[in-house]
Amino acid sequence: MEHLIEFKDIYKIYQMGEETVHALDGVDLTIDQGEFVAIVGQSGSGKSTAMNIIGCLDVPTSGTYHLGGIDVSTMEDDQQAEIRNKMLGFIFQQYNLIPKLNVQENVELPLLYAGVSAEERHERAIRSLERVGLADKRKNLPSQLSGGQQQRVSIARALAGNPSVILADEPTGALDSRTGREVLSFLQKLNAEGDTVVLITHDNSIAVKAKRIVRLQDGRIIYDGDSQDPQAVVQPEETGAADEDDGFAALLVEEVGE
Amino acid sequence: MNFGQSFRLAVKSLMTSKMRSLLTMLGIIIGVAAVIIITSLGNGMQNYMNDQFEEMGSNLVQAQVYLTGSSLDVKADDMYALVEKYPQYLSGVTPYNSIQGTVRQGSDEFKRTSVYGVGETFYNVNKNTIMTGSSLGKGRFLSYVDVEREMAVCVIGSYLEQEAFGGDALGKTLTVSGAPFTVVGVLDQSGDSSEGSSDDCIYIPYTQANRLGGSQWYVLYMFTSTDRSTAAAAKGIVENRLFKAYHDTDYYVVLTSAEMMDAMDSMVNLLMAILTLIAAISLLVGGIGIMNIMLVSVTERTREIGIRKSLGAKGRDIRSQFIIEAGTTSAIGGGIGIVLGIIMANAITNVIALVLGTGNDGFVAMPTLQGIAVAFGVSVAIGILFGYLPANKAAKLNPIDALRYD
Ligand SMILES: Nc1ncnc2c1ncn2[C@@H]1O[C@H](COP(=O)(O)OP(=O)(O)OP(=O)(O)O)[C@@H](O)[C@H]1O
Ligand SMILES: [Mg+2]
Repeated sequence: MEHLIEFKDIYKIYQMGEETVHALDGVDLTIDQGEFVAIVGQSGSGKSTAMNIIGCLDVPTSGTYHLGGIDVSTMEDDQQAEIRNKMLGFIFQQYNLIPKLNVQENVELPLLYAGVSAEERHERAIRSLERVGLADKRKNLPSQLSGGQQQRVSIARALAGNPSVILADEPTGALDSRTGREVLSFLQKLNAEGDTVVLITHDNSIAVKAKRIVRLQDGRIIYDGDSQDPQAVVQPEETGAADEDDGFAALLVEEVGE
Repeated sequence: MNFGQSFRLAVKSLMTSKMRSLLTMLGIIIGVAAVIIITSLGNGMQNYMNDQFEEMGSNLVQAQVYLTGSSLDVKADDMYALVEKYPQYLSGVTPYNSIQGTVRQGSDEFKRTSVYGVGETFYNVNKNTIMTGSSLGKGRFLSYVDVEREMAVCVIGSYLEQEAFGGDALGKTLTVSGAPFTVVGVLDQSGDSSEGSSDDCIYIPYTQANRLGGSQWYVLYMFTSTDRSTAAAAKGIVENRLFKAYHDTDYYVVLTSAEMMDAMDSMVNLLMAILTLIAAISLLVGGIGIMNIMLVSVTERTREIGIRKSLGAKGRDIRSQFIIEAGTTSAIGGGIGIVLGIIMANAITNVIALVLGTGNDGFVAMPTLQGIAVAFGVSVAIGILFGYLPANKAAKLNPIDALRYD
């Protein structure tokens, strides 16, 4: 059968003067309709790079990427914009709402660029806001909402365009743990309703809420399987840390120790 | 993308930082206001001149003859003879000389009174008006005998009658450059009867004026043609006669009133064109101001651009958003400039009326619809033109870099 997302031997290589960085180093990955996948890894492992390519914000240096059966790896900017508009919904760590627009106008944006009529835009935006329980705040400015509410607005915006994939890059990163859990359970709910969710995180305790975990290290997949498998949360041997935060802490301790 | 939303967004962002918006628009405001004022002045000037010519009549032919002091010089009698010879074209002629002379009555001195030396034909008996359009109110106009005998008589304007004689001037005397003149006629009010206006004047026989005015280097003759349509032929006749006397076209200028009007119009137009060009430079500076602020705005809103792009905005969506914003800014600036320009034009009208003492029927700086339309169109065009570069910069931003920017 056809996969929703299909990476074939994807490389993303950055040339930094003399040095070349393989942000993605030959990644093969498939994600099917209805999955809930967490992409995890240490800082610099290539998670955001992978997410940018999945999200059609960037193109790979080599390899092919099919999204919904379409080869999007060699597309022009405007074609990519159209794919993003029709097939993808983004949830960012910093919510990325436009501060001058009110909640409803923010949620309407993807529909606006899809050329949906004003009436239908309002209607769908309100429906989308109802799903995240914020319809009553639709005339508020983002700055008048709490962080958790803002993230829910950004989820409503991601849902408004009825995308095939919801991409969330560290969606809980800026929230306290309780609101973080709320947002997470919301993503689980969406997935239960049939949406495909790709979640990017460096936090194992969050990753285990997904059904499947893909672990990256130095641009390569080192684990790909069920999130309940104990192997999934095993840290790479090199650092000897449970996750990236601890690794960073260990690094600090090391430096202080010196 | 959606014009309405871009427009509303543009207005919103203009409203949120009013001071900055005002400064951005200042160049456009000044430029547009200047264009409106200049075109209003030009229009007013043309209307004013046209009115003046209209009053004087469209069948006037004016001959300016430079005096050489030799026997070549044509005399007033030669001109009278010409009229008699061509009655089908010429219906009259009079010398018309403005002279410098102080007017006194008793201990009062009238510094701004205009003194003219004219012949009896300056007055049209049938219409009871003089060539400037004013009608005779009391007494009589200068007669053939007055001119021939160099009589010390004069006809005065209504202002002078009021001020110098308390409203009863007939038979009384005033002096011009020390020489006494008896008032034989008073003109009806034609201006607003104030100092320096068209009601502040004295007409004396040109033969008297020649003596008072000292040595002049030219004389003016005002011919009237029998009709508007014979004006051109009348001009030819006068020119022929003058050429016969001087054998050189450098010694005289003959103009019909239509030509005088055209000459004045084209002079005014040229002046306006130059001034408008200068005002246009201000518009250009205004455009650069808009471009500058738009470039800042694009940088400030890099993240917003990234967000929009991630949600599916194409290059052209972003470009049109910023162009609409620049266009809106300059259009609002243009609107303010138009209002300001109209207010200023009105103020100038009032100031001029006050200074010239012409009142409401004098000079009116009238904004033209054309001027307003052009000024507005140009300001919007400048916004779009100068908005294009920043808009294009925004459209070309890479979404990943833009999203990461803060
Ligand atoms: N624009 C770029 N130019 C050069 N190198 C880059 C660029 N973007 C990413 N990289 C490099 O590619 C590698 C992967 O970066 P990436 O941002 O994907 O990491 P990440 O897993 O998202 O890290 P984090 O958890 O800190 O967000 C890093 O070594 C990074 O330095
Ligand atoms: Mg990252």
